[in-house]
Amino acid sequence: MSAVMPGAGKWDGISFAQRMATVDFRIGARAHIAVDSDICRSCTTKACVSACPANLFAPTADGGILFNYEECFECGTCYMVCNSEGAITWTYPDGGHGVVFHHG
Amino acid sequence: MPEQIEFDAVVVGAGPAGASAALALARAGRSVVLVERGPFPGSKNVYGGVVYGRVLDDIVPNWWEEVPVERWVVRRSTMMMTGTQSLSVDFRSQAWGSAPYNGMTTLRCHFDAWLAGKATDAGARLVTSTVATGLIRDSAGRVVGVRTDRDGAELRAPVVIACDGVNSFLAKEAGLLPRAEASHHTLGVKEVLDLPPGAINERFGVQDHEGVDMEILGCTRGIPGGGFLYTNADTVSIGVVVSLPELAASGVRPEALIADLKAHPTIAPLLAGSTLREYGAHLIPEGGYDTMPVLAADGLLIAGDAGAMTLAAGLWLEGVNFAIGSGYAAGRAVDRALSKGDCTAKGLASYRADLEGQFVLADHKRLRKAPSLVLSERVQQRYPGLICDLAEGMFTVTNPTPKAGALALTRQVAARHGVKLRQLAGDTLRGLRIFG
Repeated sequence: MSAVMPGAGKWDGISFAQRMATVDFRIGARAHIAVDSDICRSCTTKACVSACPANLFAPTADGGILFNYEECFECGTCYMVCNSEGAITWTYPDGGHGVVFHHG
Repeated sequence: MPEQIEFDAVVVGAGPAGASAALALARAGRSVVLVERGPFPGSKNVYGGVVYGRVLDDIVPNWWEEVPVERWVVRRSTMMMTGTQSLSVDFRSQAWGSAPYNGMTTLRCHFDAWLAGKATDAGARLVTSTVATGLIRDSAGRVVGVRTDRDGAELRAPVVIACDGVNSFLAKEAGLLPRAEASHHTLGVKEVLDLPPGAINERFGVQDHEGVDMEILGCTRGIPGGGFLYTNADTVSIGVVVSLPELAASGVRPEALIADLKAHPTIAPLLAGSTLREYGAHLIPEGGYDTMPVLAADGLLIAGDAGAMTLAAGLWLEGVNFAIGSGYAAGRAVDRALSKGDCTAKGLASYRADLEGQFVLADHKRLRKAPSLVLSERVQQRYPGLICDLAEGMFTVTNPTPKAGALALTRQVAARHGVKLRQLAGDTLRGLRIFG
């Protein structure tokens, strides 16, 4: 029923890399996200791929998930939309590291 | 043996809930440590947003003379839109533009740091760049402190107040928040756009220091949620808030929804020439009263987003004030429990009673059915288009065909949108019962 907006899918001319370049990340040495790709291979939705606002998850050819932890908003979307218990383990980055919002 | 430091209370998270809890305790003469995982308070926080300051009146007298404000909201606009239409109810009050004010736009790194500064001024100790990694319990299972990731140092106290936000790992560890439930959460994504103050004033019809709050329904491709636009001093915050499971099921990229909104014919001229300053995202606990965790355990209280305190009731979208109200009440309850020498769940029970007696839980309880109505299929997917078409039908001049009567038009438009008049009347009644 909902109308699709004009410009839908055109993404307003800002590339995702440009969008993420506006954010201050103080990247820690320890990855605070862990993904068990064995579980992901049996996942049919891979909701983390589309829903993560930082676009950190990508499907691999063999049905697994490739991820980055460096440019993470620490929002928690990935583990909450994950439909398989334990596929995504997520904690906070070490103190002082990770995203720093200046206009949040 | 890791270092152990003793306090009267440990507060985890220096957002508005934690800062208010620490402020209440410090004012009561208690030794309190405020642990923040970011490099400064507010560094991990993203909101719309507007802060409604009435809750501060008793906590920081004349707070408006010192609070870091972007603009004072004098215009509140509620908009319904489709891809090519929009209808606004636009309210303005100059009373909101002078003391004691109503709502203000502010940025969290400024506001949260200001409030945490009130706590440290009163004697609280702020420790930043430190994650509280887990709860410490005594042999009886009571919480007696937190472990941190700073050389494993332990912060010990008879009571811990968890203000660690929407993902609250401490509440989960304590068993108070059973499991992260996606359906109780929305995802907010926001862009802050640079726009000169003069352009903001002209385009939004305001003077310096005056601001606008726009809430928008019908801009999320049918994914339950809504959009927002707020004016700051020299930036504009625009974004959407959408149901987490529905977003996931749709496969739509969240930033694409912001791009849609920015391109809408009503919104685009307001933003022309602006440039992206910062993109961000945050989860919001929007489930309301019926999804709140138990708020107290032996040696532990929960406040703010950790306790699902954000009020997302359609007409009212408030969070920071609920965090402040709950945090301050938690701090006072802990002070009373310390005086009695009883920090068990029973000894801390005055916290919940206090919240029930003031707006924090009273508003939540009264509006407990609002989230399900606001996010329902008809409100989200049918009514924005229906209402816009009704307005278009009313105001389109059809000469030489005579005007249709309002009832005939309503019947016709409702049918076109697959809505029965009985359903429209039912939802109106339901809305009146919830909000009335």
